[in-house]
Amino acid sequence: MKYIDEFRKREPFNALLSKIKSLPLQTISLMEVCGTHTVSISKSGIRSLLPPNIRLISGPGCPVCVTSLEDVDRVIMLAAEGKTHSTYIIATFGDMMRVPGSHSSLLKEKAKGADIRVVYSPVDALTLARENSDKEVIFFAVGFETTSPTFAATILQAKREGVDNFSIISNNKLIPPAMEALLNDENITIDGFICPGHVSAIIGTTPYQKIANHYHKGCVISGFEPLDIIFSIYLLMHQKSSGTAKVEIEYSRVVRQEGNPKALKTLNQVYELSDAQWRGLGIIPKSGLVLKDEFALYDAAKKFDLPKPEVSEPKGCRCDQVLKGMISPKECPLFATHCTPAEPVGACMVSSEGTCAAYYKYER
Amino acid sequence: MEERILLAHGNGGILTSQLIENCFLPYFQDPLLKQLNDQAIFELEVHRIAFTTDSFVVDPLFFPGGDIGKLAVCGTVNDLAVGGATPLYLSIGFIIEENFPIEELKKISSSISIAAKEAQVRIVTADTKVVEKGACDKLFINTSGIGLVKKEVDFSGHNAREDDKILLSGDIGDHGIAILSSRKGIEFETSIKSDCAPLNLLVNDLLPSAHYIHVMRDLTRGGLATILNEIAMQSEIGITIYEDRIPLKEEVRGMCELLGLDPLYLANEGKLVAFVHPDGAEEVLSLMKKNPLGGNARIIGEVMRKPSEKVTMETHVGGSRLIEMLVGEDLPRIC
Amino acid sequence: MCIAIPFEVREIKDNLAKVSIGTTSRVVYLDLLDEIKVGDFILVHAGFAIEKLDREEAEKTLSLFKEVVDEIY
Repeated sequence: MKYIDEFRKREPFNALLSKIKSLPLQTISLMEVCGTHTVSISKSGIRSLLPPNIRLISGPGCPVCVTSLEDVDRVIMLAAEGKTHSTYIIATFGDMMRVPGSHSSLLKEKAKGADIRVVYSPVDALTLARENSDKEVIFFAVGFETTSPTFAATILQAKREGVDNFSIISNNKLIPPAMEALLNDENITIDGFICPGHVSAIIGTTPYQKIANHYHKGCVISGFEPLDIIFSIYLLMHQKSSGTAKVEIEYSRVVRQEGNPKALKTLNQVYELSDAQWRGLGIIPKSGLVLKDEFALYDAAKKFDLPKPEVSEPKGCRCDQVLKGMISPKECPLFATHCTPAEPVGACMVSSEGTCAAYYKYER
Repeated sequence: MEERILLAHGNGGILTSQLIENCFLPYFQDPLLKQLNDQAIFELEVHRIAFTTDSFVVDPLFFPGGDIGKLAVCGTVNDLAVGGATPLYLSIGFIIEENFPIEELKKISSSISIAAKEAQVRIVTADTKVVEKGACDKLFINTSGIGLVKKEVDFSGHNAREDDKILLSGDIGDHGIAILSSRKGIEFETSIKSDCAPLNLLVNDLLPSAHYIHVMRDLTRGGLATILNEIAMQSEIGITIYEDRIPLKEEVRGMCELLGLDPLYLANEGKLVAFVHPDGAEEVLSLMKKNPLGGNARIIGEVMRKPSEKVTMETHVGGSRLIEMLVGEDLPRIC
Repeated sequence: MCIAIPFEVREIKDNLAKVSIGTTSRVVYLDLLDEIKVGDFILVHAGFAIEKLDREEAEKTLSLFKEVVDEIY
């Protein structure tokens, strides 16, 4: 596959690994923020090849893992209630189906007869709305800055067409505020960030400048192939050993300094900032997105009386510490004993890019 | 005749006769079946007999490269074939949901007939039931089959040995992608067709080297990863495979990358793995490749004594990755 | 959290593009990108093109990797 295979070749990978090993020995903790990076790293077995002085920590860039229990419960309750009157269809990305709420999951509700559809794109959900004009299609919208513009564009499309039976429950969040929140936590040691490649394709380099300039942590915006990742690790180590901290773009074939201005414009047209509840990290100011008032027709929270769940946190779950990179999955007492992919307790084990799931699946 | 199935079609009365006359007999011409007795009676040579059953509930019923009917024949034929059996006779049972379109039933019967001919297997007894709307999802089919196995052939999952080479008969993931591309909500166009095929036509060619073959299994739901894990557990051995060597069509890769799916877990309906003594591996591989169903066969890995019951994969860049059993459904991801 | 891979643009009509990898194709929306031509490679995420692949930059990165290989081996 063009522009993928060339970035998976073994020879340049081994050469870069040699270069890393030739740098002055230093213990370094690098956080790969993005869940897709977590999966890439685990799937390609990179961790098994790195020298022991380099610690890769998985961060909270897994939208499934950081959606609060209350937000998850709300949609599960909505789905369950929908069985009795079937006036709406819940649309969701596949990622959210198995996330355990306090008492159930979307997958379990679907098995009991709730009308829940897995879609690949918000526009596919809009198609569902057109085809089912007697019902409301409510999209459980999760995702970061890569995905949020696609919701924004879909809502604008719905508005243009006059489709009024489509709405979203917005759980969209922003990455840089979460990165800063982690740096403000004195329990966490992070020497540098492997920054999310596709989020950065949208937002560019500016949102990371504070992390480099104020917090003095290197930020390398990385692609997702093994060569991208190993090269980004090298660049971060080089920054640390030379005492610099700056924002670098490794993924230059996709990411530009200014990001994607059109996508940002679309995003800002439809959404505005709000505080957001992150599972494991608490409330982070101005880290979430809500629809502007003029798009109330597409805002399920304004359109309907959404359920108010009573949350019950799973006992012994240490997802919050895993999400912050404070412990590795193996240090959680529930890991691989009570908490497994078949019977997950916390979100980190459910999402295929949750840290615990990735460890369980690829690295035990 | 009606356009849609009614509950009365399953009552055993006149409508049932009509159903059989119009939707089944024209397509199922076997002399034993046409006797319309409650059982088929035949003689068997003295052999070991393989006997299997499988039920088919696929959705959608029609997909690129096949339909539930073709699957129902090939699925059971393949379970016999990988036991080293020459498939002989199949039974077929239909459970039809009320209101099912008759035209579709005829299409499926026709597929079954064509598949059976291709697989050189006879359908000798059949049954049909109709259930209320909602009691089943459109159409369920069960097939059972028997075949004859030569004395010296034993491909059981317990037989894998250290140093065995692992052969895979061709590209993985075609069936899974073909099904996915036909589902609503995932709007992709692809030329990928299901690989649904009767594997006895391939296994026949391998039988001259049967003494080298320790294990044979066909891949189905759960994909390559599931079968390898099952064999690792049955034989209590470890398995290593190599990502570089796994045959995969570019389009299947593209769909997997885009949807966040892992091809190792995608369904297949016309592929098998064989665990072969290292001395015979090249010979068996060459026999596979000569057959149309094995053209892209590869040696993808080998058996180790340890770590026992684990399947690991050496990745493109030389790293190591554990391949576990599938948990839950492999759903398309955005993240 | 953001799976997106490069697809080749085959056809464009209004704000829609038909993109493909081999014989697998999908229609994607171009609402989030400007100036896309047939033959471009674009990153597709959730049914939308989110960025165009800069082929020159891709080659630059690959050359850099080649330099490292030459340096080490």
